[in-house]
Amino acid sequence: MRTPRPFKSGTFKNAPFKSAAAMAAAAALGLAACSTPGGGGESVPGVTDDTVTIGTHQPLTGPAAAGYSTISAATAAYFEYVNANGGINGREIEYVVKDDAYDPAATQTVVRELVTEENVFAIVNGLGTPTHSSVLDYLDQQGVPDLFVSSGSLTWNQPNVYDNTFAFNADYATEGAALAQYAVDQDADAVICVLGQDDDYGEGIIEGVETVVGSNEIAEVQRYSVSAEDLTAQIGAMSAAGCEVNVLGTINGFTAMAVGTAAQMEWFPKWYVSSSGADYPTLAGYLGEDLAPALLQGMVSVNYLPFSPDGEWVALFEEINAEYNDGAPFTGNTVFGMSVGYLFAEALAKAGDDPTRESLVEAVESGELVGNGIVPLSFSEDDHAAYRAVGVTVVDGGVQDYVGTTYEVSAGQVAAVEPSPVPLENEGIPGA
Amino acid sequence: MSTPLRALIITVLAIGGTFGLDPFRNYQLATAAACFAAVAGLTVLVGLTGQLSLGHAVLMAAGGYGFAYAASAVEGPWPLALAAGLAAAAAVSGLLGLLLGAAAARLRGPYLAGLTLALVIALPAAVNTLPLGGDQGARAPFFPVPEALSALIAVEQWHAWLAIAVAAVAVTPLVMLRAGRAGLRMRAVLDDETASRLSGVDPGVVKAGAFAASAVPAGLGGAVLAIATQQVTPGGYGLAFSLLLVVAAVAGGLGSIGGAAIGSVLVTVLPWFIDELVAAAPAEFGQRLDGNLAVLLFGAGLIALTTAWPGGAARLLDRLRAARPLRFATPSTTTER
Repeated sequence: MRTPRPFKSGTFKNAPFKSAAAMAAAAALGLAACSTPGGGGESVPGVTDDTVTIGTHQPLTGPAAAGYSTISAATAAYFEYVNANGGINGREIEYVVKDDAYDPAATQTVVRELVTEENVFAIVNGLGTPTHSSVLDYLDQQGVPDLFVSSGSLTWNQPNVYDNTFAFNADYATEGAALAQYAVDQDADAVICVLGQDDDYGEGIIEGVETVVGSNEIAEVQRYSVSAEDLTAQIGAMSAAGCEVNVLGTINGFTAMAVGTAAQMEWFPKWYVSSSGADYPTLAGYLGEDLAPALLQGMVSVNYLPFSPDGEWVALFEEINAEYNDGAPFTGNTVFGMSVGYLFAEALAKAGDDPTRESLVEAVESGELVGNGIVPLSFSEDDHAAYRAVGVTVVDGGVQDYVGTTYEVSAGQVAAVEPSPVPLENEGIPGA
Repeated sequence: MSTPLRALIITVLAIGGTFGLDPFRNYQLATAAACFAAVAGLTVLVGLTGQLSLGHAVLMAAGGYGFAYAASAVEGPWPLALAAGLAAAAAVSGLLGLLLGAAAARLRGPYLAGLTLALVIALPAAVNTLPLGGDQGARAPFFPVPEALSALIAVEQWHAWLAIAVAAVAVTPLVMLRAGRAGLRMRAVLDDETASRLSGVDPGVVKAGAFAASAVPAGLGGAVLAIATQQVTPGGYGLAFSLLLVVAAVAGGLGSIGGAAIGSVLVTVLPWFIDELVAAAPAEFGQRLDGNLAVLLFGAGLIALTTAWPGGAARLLDRLRAARPLRFATPSTTTER
């Protein structure tokens, strides 16, 4: 016997619902085109006679916001500067910034929105390893140029798999190797330890350090997760292991936390920090302007961008920052954001008078881009990494600057090279 | 009309409806379908047995991980991988649901809510401890548009089709369960546990069963998200998302499957819509609130919504339906209750 149904079996199939669905189905016949692949016609997505629209995903809110939310504002300010001076090949650059809160699920949504709704020409400087990894396949399927990813993961340099994806940061293994080499050059007997984020970032740094000190020769390796609330356990273990040089593969917030936690334990080891987590002004924001110069004194890092306080690039970027970015605090993020903008503008200029997605990728692969780094760019057809060499920086009296030592890392070998900074030309606006 | 037939008709209509949407809307539709499966499970659980779960996101994540690993492991034609993934999603989430249900039968009200809340908070630590890929999560296979359809539809639309179909498979049994004997038992337990025990209905068994029955659609919802995004990450199933599922159930009307559909669309579309609204607002205004303007508007909107319709969207539908016979002055045949 079946139970009678004393209750309605749900509004799941009620009339308004059905008629709405029926209407949608009827509309489908007329609108089918807007969902059909290749329905856009022959024009290049995001490019009109006088504009080029590009997009990015950035952590404007969430755990990584405090460290990185200023990058996209700097890039946008640089593009405004370019636009105010006539644009690139007569086109203004429109930069659409979407917030993903450093959450891969949100990245997937906003990047799809950029590609399908905003119809962007390219994705430029998408930030973060876990976040950008989640859209890598999607961008590849859609054939969208994925330029200058803001992360040092080795994932972006796979020209055979992801032929449209290019890195911007020096990869983490390169940074780790350079940091370790500098530590060894300073003191060959130093006890070297690593604190790394538990993803490609931390693993890359560990891999790099091991190329110098030998595999499994790191005195103490500690990891943390981005969702962690504190680093007491990790710093405690490193202190107990007698570490003298702590190489950090941490983002800015966790670098500050590591240094702060150690100071609370009255432990003052040497800090060797990857460029992604060693921006002095940002760290000072976390630690407080009064304590930062003391706590960060002697902090070693590596970099590849022209952020020497008395350099010509910084002078230009400071001007742009004052005029187009409401005079926001000038940090390493500002230099990073504007340098990315410069490199994209250069690529766009090289892509020709009528840029297409193909010509843009070809321009980057041509190897003719010079960027504005202190070392040459290494882009080519079979190398999608941006920088293979990095310069060492040290904080002294609250000022972070290059000390002149530069290392090139190739095939597991670290070699000292001479820096070759790119001079400023044409007031920072690339020409064709 | 029997429930499966009606479900089939609605599924076909919804799939037809995807032709009217552009790729991004279809992606949103797939997300909404995933939420719908989870919220339908949740709304039956809360509405019929009174067990408040704040942890349905974890059940979705369990389904997502089950799908990702099983579907990646299967080498063969895509329908086989899809079926294996869905089966694993249902199994993993059902098992976790059963475990939770066993605990739920012994806990009530705030204690159960606390337990399920703890589960959500523990998720990031759990995936970092277990071999589940840490914060970067697990890759799920990509299902491209089948050859025969590739000239007709884009990949987002294809994923929306899969999402609708899976959601239908997840929700239809739930509707039947709710309308059948099991649904009666759940209502009996909700009304009075002692009375139901006297009538030979064991509240513990009913509650645990209801939890498992509500976990399976949630897990399938997680599988749908994995299909649409090719990725399962702990960040995607955080506390905010878990509470959003509860919001969808409440805004839709507790206990109502139709309400769950409306609520799911609401929580998918509303945040996006508010972002658009914020983008249109003067930049200075937004900057001063440090990116929190959207969150603020969303909260205010929800408060307004629940104040205006305390019973949720489902009650609104009920009222519309109740009004219709009167308007046409036909003899009423609705003798419910």
